[in-house]
Amino acid sequence: MAEREQGITIDVAYRYFKTGKRSFIVADTPGHEEYTRNMAVGASFAELAVILVDATHGVLIQTKRHARICALMGIRSFVFAVNKMDLVHYSEQRFAKIEKDIRILMAEFDAVRVQIIPVSATEGDNITARSKRMQWYKGACLLAYLETADVIKDKGSEGFLMAVQRVCRPNHAFRGFQGQPASGGIAVGDTVRVYPSKETAAVAEILVGDKRVSSCEAGQPVTLCLDREIDVSRGCVLERESTVKTGAMLAVSVLWMDDKSLAPGRNFLMKLGTQTVPATILNIKYKVDINTGAEVFAEMIYKNEIAFCEIALGSKIVYDTFENSRELGSLILIDRITNMTSACGIVEHALLRENNLTWQDTDVTRALRETQLGQKAFTVWMTGLSGAGKSALANELEKRLFSMGRHTMLLDGDNVRLGLNKDLGFEEKDRIENIRRIAEVARLMNDAGLIVLTAFISPFCLDRRMAREIIGTEFTEVYVSTPLAECERRDVKGLYKAARAGKIAQFTGVSSVYEVPEHPEVVIDTTGRSVEECVDEIMTELKKSGLLPS
Amino acid sequence: MDHLEELEAEAIYIMREVAAECEKPVMLYSIGKDSSVMLHLALKAFYPEKPPFPFLHVNTTWKFKEMIAFRDETAARLGIELLEYINEDGVRQGINPFDHGSAYTDVMKTQALRQALDRYGFTAAFGGGRRDEEKSRAKERIFSFRNENHAWDPKNQRPEMWKLFNTQIQKGESIRVFPLSNWTEADIWQYIRREDIPIVSLYYAKPRPVVSRNGNLIMVDDERMRLLPGEKVETKMVRFRTLGCYPLTGGVESEAVTLDEIVKETLAAVESERTSRVIDSDGGASSMEKRKREGYF
Repeated sequence: MAEREQGITIDVAYRYFKTGKRSFIVADTPGHEEYTRNMAVGASFAELAVILVDATHGVLIQTKRHARICALMGIRSFVFAVNKMDLVHYSEQRFAKIEKDIRILMAEFDAVRVQIIPVSATEGDNITARSKRMQWYKGACLLAYLETADVIKDKGSEGFLMAVQRVCRPNHAFRGFQGQPASGGIAVGDTVRVYPSKETAAVAEILVGDKRVSSCEAGQPVTLCLDREIDVSRGCVLERESTVKTGAMLAVSVLWMDDKSLAPGRNFLMKLGTQTVPATILNIKYKVDINTGAEVFAEMIYKNEIAFCEIALGSKIVYDTFENSRELGSLILIDRITNMTSACGIVEHALLRENNLTWQDTDVTRALRETQLGQKAFTVWMTGLSGAGKSALANELEKRLFSMGRHTMLLDGDNVRLGLNKDLGFEEKDRIENIRRIAEVARLMNDAGLIVLTAFISPFCLDRRMAREIIGTEFTEVYVSTPLAECERRDVKGLYKAARAGKIAQFTGVSSVYEVPEHPEVVIDTTGRSVEECVDEIMTELKKSGLLPS
Repeated sequence: MDHLEELEAEAIYIMREVAAECEKPVMLYSIGKDSSVMLHLALKAFYPEKPPFPFLHVNTTWKFKEMIAFRDETAARLGIELLEYINEDGVRQGINPFDHGSAYTDVMKTQALRQALDRYGFTAAFGGGRRDEEKSRAKERIFSFRNENHAWDPKNQRPEMWKLFNTQIQKGESIRVFPLSNWTEADIWQYIRREDIPIVSLYYAKPRPVVSRNGNLIMVDDERMRLLPGEKVETKMVRFRTLGCYPLTGGVESEAVTLDEIVKETLAAVESERTSRVIDSDGGASSMEKRKREGYF
């Protein structure tokens, strides 16, 4: 509170001290629920947590929350400092009651080491020396315990595991893979397996920093050279007798940290180890009540909430469960517009669904279908305000292509909503799903060798980016930039009038925003121009980019 | 691994992440002990490759001669790319530490740095800042983001989880990266001794021409030094604990002429300094946070 009054940011504050036995880095984190994410930042960095319990109050909801956050972020060693023992007259009974409550609380988490120490911070009891006023307590004082505590690091796999950070190639003769082994050691001559290719090679040379060594251990900054040329780049994982997996669908627990809420369908960049890939939240299974641990139904997730969700990745990655590997089982989600770190999460397990589903390559390929049809398949995605001229342009473009003997399909907003997407409404998650289905359909049609034209307002950058990612590189975005005033003047369907009269909520351009595309392939303002003229311009771009023969 | 090895591994991990993910990184090099440690770590991080980014020295033109000599000798010996940037506008206006006080620091240091980063289009700049230096730094993340005006928003820091650094930025934004965040001054000196890292001769005691001013021993490094009435230049056995612009940097009388003696003397002083730093006024911390919001490194 004092910090807020002074205008200083409330955040994790780091402090440093050293005793004869050990160096300490203290991440001092705020405890209030609205700063859950700050506590998580500190906890993700720490090997041991000291949780303060007020002896006059005992175990509170907040104690449970603090323990849960620390456990989620991977801390396995806990000290509970039962403070203000002076205010309860150094009562052994009072301490015993609190100790019992803490043991019950911590039984919820597996493989944790728990030390409970009665202290008085103001009187100095059991802080740096054993207290004479609590002879009944036989354990170590706080500082002595911290100096000698054997912190449990990664309890998972003992095998060698290293995510490649970068390839070091100063000249043709040297090619080394740089990283920091997450677990295990390795020696010259040992065989390692490279993921995702699963090729193997022997370790030919090891550097720790700038020193040549015969073996190295977990945590060191190393450079490894292999005895033969195999494909290794940033994001690959080198391992030996570990439990790593590859996949593109995961069940994860996430701590949501963004001011914006999380809805299913939302697309992010996910960083895991040294890999960064697009990721889509498929669904929210439930959220975890951070105070009680109870699983609760949730449609949306808000800041500082923990949710269990399923995510689909843009490509296969190398991962492990957080239980097995802190390094290959932890992740962050990055907002693709603001670049904010929106969430952190841990991998709970692979999605079995994915194991039952594998993409079947068919003998008749897209390339064969394209050859048979004598064309290259692609998608033209028209975006712009209602009344901007998208449908008219798409219609004219299709006629033009059709007359050239091209095989096409036009997907129009209203038509799709009357059929395929008639179960969808207009709220955020439905809107994302609407675009996702259209993009998937466009891709299937492209795979069938067809040229697809779409005409949807598609007002949000993120949704259009998702469409581009689903459809792939043969994607031409046409921004129909006709200004709002002109669209409103045309008002073909009378929608603007209705929206201005307040009869349509969330109408793009009137009561809902249209995000202008950042890098469209074509920009066309139809004001005062003929449809033919505008379509000429699109045709020119399609020829220029090689999608149509020039 | 001991504590220094863990700090070293953390810093190297950070440097490699930046080199792999950031478009155009640079390492700020201020010639002092922290910069010497950072440079040493960069050489180790990428070995046998040279660091895949240039080094940048923002020169106020008032640095000690021994610093500039050490800088040039270091760059030549290691074969690294060293850029020097001087705010020529400031030089033309005759901005100097005697007449312009805090405006001098702003023009020749803060603004000069911003100009240099903009001129070369660097997207990430390593700095040697440590969290034990002062209160606002204690809350700054390792990856600290700056908007297109180089301003920091302490209320909107990105959460930094595990070792998963988020290096994504928009055009015009940039990142300050502090790989020595978790080092203390004592760690720096112990690491210099363990690794035998070359440091500027000014850290060693030597007979030097100095004047006593407000309790500080200011070295008369060249003819531009202005003496106040009654000030007398004396030769004293002096060394420096921190380095900067010579007219603004006070030395201490010392007999420490070997690295071991320096480290011993400094560690003893660090302890006493730590005690006095605890009563750092909170107003001071706020004002530092304010300066950084405005673009101070």
